[in-house]
Amino acid sequence: MTLLPLLPILIPLGTAIVSLLLRGRKNAMRRIGVAGTVLLLMAAIALLVVVRRDGIQVVQVGGWVAPFGISIVVDLFSAIMVLMAAIMGFLVCIYSLGDIDKDREKFGYYPFYHFLLMGICGTFITGDIFNLYVWFEVMLLSSFILLTLGGERGQMEGAIKYVSLNLLSSSIFLAALGLLYGVSGTLNMADLAVRLHSDVPQVLATTVAMLFMVAFGIKAALFPLFFWLPASYHTPPVAVTAIFSGLLTKVGVYSLVRVFTLLFTQEISYTHTILLVFAGLTMVTGVLGAVAQNEIRRLLSFHIISQIGYLLMGLGIYTTLALTGVIFFMVHVIFAKSALFLVSGIAGRMKGTFDLNQLGGLYRDHPVLSALFLIAALSLAGLPPFSGFFAKLILVEAGMASHRWWIVGVALGTGFLTLFSMTKIWTMAFWKPKPQDAPAEVCRRVGWTYWTPLLILVVFTVLFGLGAQPLLALSEEAARQLMDPQKYIHSVLGAL
Amino acid sequence: MAVVVGWLYACAVFLILRRSVLRLIIGLVLLTSAANLLIFTAANLKRGTPAIVPLGATQPAVGYSDPLPQALILTAIVIGFGTLAFTLVLVYRAYKTLGTDDLDAMKSTDT
Repeated sequence: MTLLPLLPILIPLGTAIVSLLLRGRKNAMRRIGVAGTVLLLMAAIALLVVVRRDGIQVVQVGGWVAPFGISIVVDLFSAIMVLMAAIMGFLVCIYSLGDIDKDREKFGYYPFYHFLLMGICGTFITGDIFNLYVWFEVMLLSSFILLTLGGERGQMEGAIKYVSLNLLSSSIFLAALGLLYGVSGTLNMADLAVRLHSDVPQVLATTVAMLFMVAFGIKAALFPLFFWLPASYHTPPVAVTAIFSGLLTKVGVYSLVRVFTLLFTQEISYTHTILLVFAGLTMVTGVLGAVAQNEIRRLLSFHIISQIGYLLMGLGIYTTLALTGVIFFMVHVIFAKSALFLVSGIAGRMKGTFDLNQLGGLYRDHPVLSALFLIAALSLAGLPPFSGFFAKLILVEAGMASHRWWIVGVALGTGFLTLFSMTKIWTMAFWKPKPQDAPAEVCRRVGWTYWTPLLILVVFTVLFGLGAQPLLALSEEAARQLMDPQKYIHSVLGAL
Repeated sequence: MAVVVGWLYACAVFLILRRSVLRLIIGLVLLTSAANLLIFTAANLKRGTPAIVPLGATQPAVGYSDPLPQALILTAIVIGFGTLAFTLVLVYRAYKTLGTDDLDAMKSTDT
């Protein structure tokens, strides 16, 4: 038994505890924070390499044999997600060094940042559905604290909506868990997959599946359950928004993908069609909401929602090609979206405002920032040669292959509107001359801690566009594993 | 038991739909309790012997009650308590900062 699959939980936990002990010593906390994310990144890379070489990795916690104990299961999809979490954790931690003010650092920004990473990694690697609930709560509680840290007016209002709707979703999740245990008598996901397909009546399984869809749908900001997101995501500092937008909703999507590929595949024509319809509605409402906004961060928050629609479109189509698209899109959107948030953070830091009406003249003053924004924005809109093009191409191709023409139309239309709202930011913040009533410029340049993460993210989106093949092969391999749950079940339960 | 669970859910939903933040929080607490009782009910609540394997045997005595739902509920109660403590502080701070506990008055971050 190797400890490697547990490292993504243990490293952030250790880092958080050490930095809690060093509370009050600011520089030590910052160094430990960055060091922890570097370690996490190395562990995540090692994990991906091992999983790709040796297949699914399983650890039975405490030595209790599955299905009685808690299993930690890392398949290729989990490993990719853990790596994404680690990359984002590292980059945003560097960004936080400059962006987070002294008071927030003093009140424990870094410890909770690492608890958040621990919760996220935990949800990705657990193989037990109640354990998933526990990791969700770990993640939620640290996200509540990161969201409210600082106690500004907007943060408080946003936090009340975020907290109450997420607690609502947690209790629906809990109720669904109870019913699931009632009908199947087990909580281990592999064991559940076996029993739901043999012992449990189809009607009951589908009912529980719908409860899970609502619970995870709230977390993933699915239409019509997304209202907490645009109300709260733009209130905390940009570093926090970037990590939330990069990872938190994706955790919801991950859980949906996991549950609807492994457990609830009894009535695909029913459950997955519902997912597909809501995916389409999510895309359209998200992007229409974005078009109407005049505040950069709020506009980008609405884009998170419409991108979630694309991810669920792949799950709804439910073919190997579609799931390949989901995984590719996930990697792409985490990079592109976070890059855009970091650009907005830098622009806001320089100009002292996030309002598009008061911004302007950024192209003249900061051509490099403008170029980086343009690359990330075009990538998000799905223009070649950036990563977004291939991500959307795969999804559209999967939709056409399964003759779901309407969702393909919706996806392409949404892509067009995305481009439109990106040009809106471009013309209003970058091209337009500086308006008369603009607030005084705060600072002309920002330090390397701002630029480095942004630069790396943009390089990634370009790389995955120009050289999409390696990532594509990896996504396809992961998608094959998802479509063939027998392998997963086999590696957890052994030859039972 | 099922009636109690249903009644708790009804009360919780009613409270969550009120405008006062404090009532919202109480509603969320009731919702968690309802979910806990639901686990208890759904997992076939019964009076039985402890699930302990007697000395020398390989299986627990016949008629033992399932310990797992109790463990689940215990975990859920602990988590619920933690979140409750946090939300109470949040509501207090929000009241201090915003000067209101009316959810309809909290619209500045909406669209």
